[in-house]
Amino acid sequence: MLFEEHGIDKKEIDFLLFCTEGLDYKGPATACIMQERLGLRKSVGAMDVPMGCAGFTNGLVVAKALIESGQFKHVLLQTADIPSSVIHPNDLELRMLFGDAGASTLISASEEKGIGDFIVGTDGSGAQDLIVRKSNTRTPVDEEWLREHADAGGMVFGRMEMDGLEVFSFSMREVPKMVNQILEKNELTLDDIDLFVFHQANSFILKMLARKLQLQQEKVYNCMEYMGNTVSASVPIALYCAQQEGKIPQGSKVLIAAFGIGFSWSGTVLRY
Amino acid sequence: MMTIEEFIRKLEEEFEDIERGVLQPSTDFRTIEDWGSMHALIIIALIDTEYDVTLTGADMRSVTTIQELFDLVKSK
Repeated sequence: MLFEEHGIDKKEIDFLLFCTEGLDYKGPATACIMQERLGLRKSVGAMDVPMGCAGFTNGLVVAKALIESGQFKHVLLQTADIPSSVIHPNDLELRMLFGDAGASTLISASEEKGIGDFIVGTDGSGAQDLIVRKSNTRTPVDEEWLREHADAGGMVFGRMEMDGLEVFSFSMREVPKMVNQILEKNELTLDDIDLFVFHQANSFILKMLARKLQLQQEKVYNCMEYMGNTVSASVPIALYCAQQEGKIPQGSKVLIAAFGIGFSWSGTVLRY
Repeated sequence: MMTIEEFIRKLEEEFEDIERGVLQPSTDFRTIEDWGSMHALIIIALIDTEYDVTLTGADMRSVTTIQELFDLVKSK
């Protein structure tokens, strides 16, 4: 769809980044499989970026760096996640929050500086506050686990657990700080920004971030009602929806900021 | 410096579903009718915007009464 909508010749793509926490295999990289399925040329670089809610902005950091290195011109950043595969059917709170989705973004070399400077952050002390238990090498699924989760098909890909209070507290602590740092780094003020597109975590967080940053609610884009929290795909989907709704006219400055599992966060300013 | 009365007034303003006068310094907030995890989030958000203190989930779990919550915020 991306290729068609924008008349892109896919043979021009020289790097593919696939960002997800739902990889197909431990090996090979899903990005390699996608090269073949998308019909990309063989001289393409292809790598997975296994990141969650901050996946899009972290992927963008890498894409921008690849282009700025002067070695690549067109980077395809695929973001897709399937949180439903690791949510227990009885975990209503999580089921209410999350949605499965994917988004494709093409980042191309340009004379204009469309993507600003980034602020990134990591706090691994929050790893246990949002985690998919029994999901990989450290704690593989065992017989006892399968028995315990027999009513939910075994939860063979693991089970997401979230301490909502800690995740919320982290978001309130780090995101406003990150927003101010992004503005400072890009020599902008809050008033220069036409639209704030945060990771669509949930409506309450979006409202509270707006309140803390003293932003008008209209300037904080929210498309939660359509699809919930779509993990790494949430920011590009929100950007697309906002654009379709006419909220990002030419010349707009859009601050994007994503945050979540890790804890990991990053953001920048996009100039349309 | 804020007083506990002001603190309680702020909480009452935030929780539209709680009647005035119900909250006392000795109130265990988990015993408030219809108390839920959303209320804890709202308290974190309120304290964050009003007092510029971001309580953690562990902080919230370490207190039971409004007086204890107030003391915790003041100590930060």
